Amino acid sequence: MSTSDRAARTSGAESDGAPRDNQWPLWEVFVQPPGGEPHEHAGSVHAVDAESALQNARDVYARRGEAVSIWVVQSAGITASTPDDMGPFFDPGNDKPYRHPQFYKVPRGVKV
Amino acid sequence: MSVRTSGQIEKGSRQFEYLVRLGDDRLVLGHRLSEWCGHAPILEEDIALANIALDLIGQATLLLGHAGKLEGEGRDADTLAYLRDAIEFRNVLLVELPKGDFAVTIVRQLFFGVFGLLQSEALQRSNDRDLAGIAAKAAKEVRYHVRHSADWVLKLGGGTDESRERTQRAVDDLWRYTGELFLADDVDRAAAAAGVGVDPSTLETTWHSHVEDVLARAGLTIPETLYMQRGGREGRHTEHLGHMLAEMQIVARSHPGASW
Repeated sequence: MSTSDRAARTSGAESDGAPRDNQWPLWEVFVQPPGGEPHEHAGSVHAVDAESALQNARDVYARRGEAVSIWVVQSAGITASTPDDMGPFFDPGNDKPYRHPQFYKVPRGVKV
Repeated sequence: MSVRTSGQIEKGSRQFEYLVRLGDDRLVLGHRLSEWCGHAPILEEDIALANIALDLIGQATLLLGHAGKLEGEGRDADTLAYLRDAIEFRNVLLVELPKGDFAVTIVRQLFFGVFGLLQSEALQRSNDRDLAGIAAKAAKEVRYHVRHSADWVLKLGGGTDESRERTQRAVDDLWRYTGELFLADDVDRAAAAAGVGVDPSTLETTWHSHVEDVLARAGLTIPETLYMQRGGREGRHTEHLGHMLAEMQIVARSHPGASW
């Protein structure tokens, strides 16, 4: 599957970026909570351009003081993994505990 | 309780009147805007308009509550909002007109929003500290309202033939109601002289440059009308306010004193 196919399938848009239905383009919304944590995906909104997407995101996801910063990105611009990718992408990590720092004992004499 | 002289009563009632004007503009516009709830063109806009309506109603609650306290006759914000008749309302006519189509609503939000922003920014310096606090909170909210409505006016003006025509029609229809925003009478001048309020006529030039800039960028023109409607500040309203209040007040009037 090509990258553009994936983008199209995950965002519900045609590969040329145009919406398939008569809805306005879809935007994914990421909000940063007060306190400096990283931006987190909050949901999505429809909007005709980036400024409207920001305003809609503010009204839908940040009207109760949940955020100090908002990112919006067109859903068509996101390439997502698919359920088919689950095996090859994620399973190999399951039997490799040495990839976690906790796997290693702290040498004597090192203070933690 | 000390006996108040007639001069103090006069001064107090003028300040009450001034605060009621501020409160009524926002209460009536907030209610008109709330009529979009469940009817806006898209879900996101439905939420946006309801948010703005709630901001305005919240500002009105604070302003009318403050007015009621100053009056000292036991009327709170709810009493003032729900138990006065149209003739006692002091809002400008602009805010009581029916919500119309989306273009009418958005153009009105721009017209009143810019006015409300300039007014709130000036009132932050009021020597009535409660009013200054309310204005500081309102200014933050209204700054967003103006961004929202100005953005929409640009989109509608530069959109399809139909959106441009409807928005131009809204500008044509509403323009004659904008003059009343800047009319100043003894109440306004007394409030300004006392350092409590702002004389609305001092906001006119800035309002025009801001609004006309947005309209020009949207490709919209200002109608050549010299006649301006007025009357709201004296309680002479359009027929629309009575109908709106009937709906807004029915629950409070049907169940006097009920709390929920």
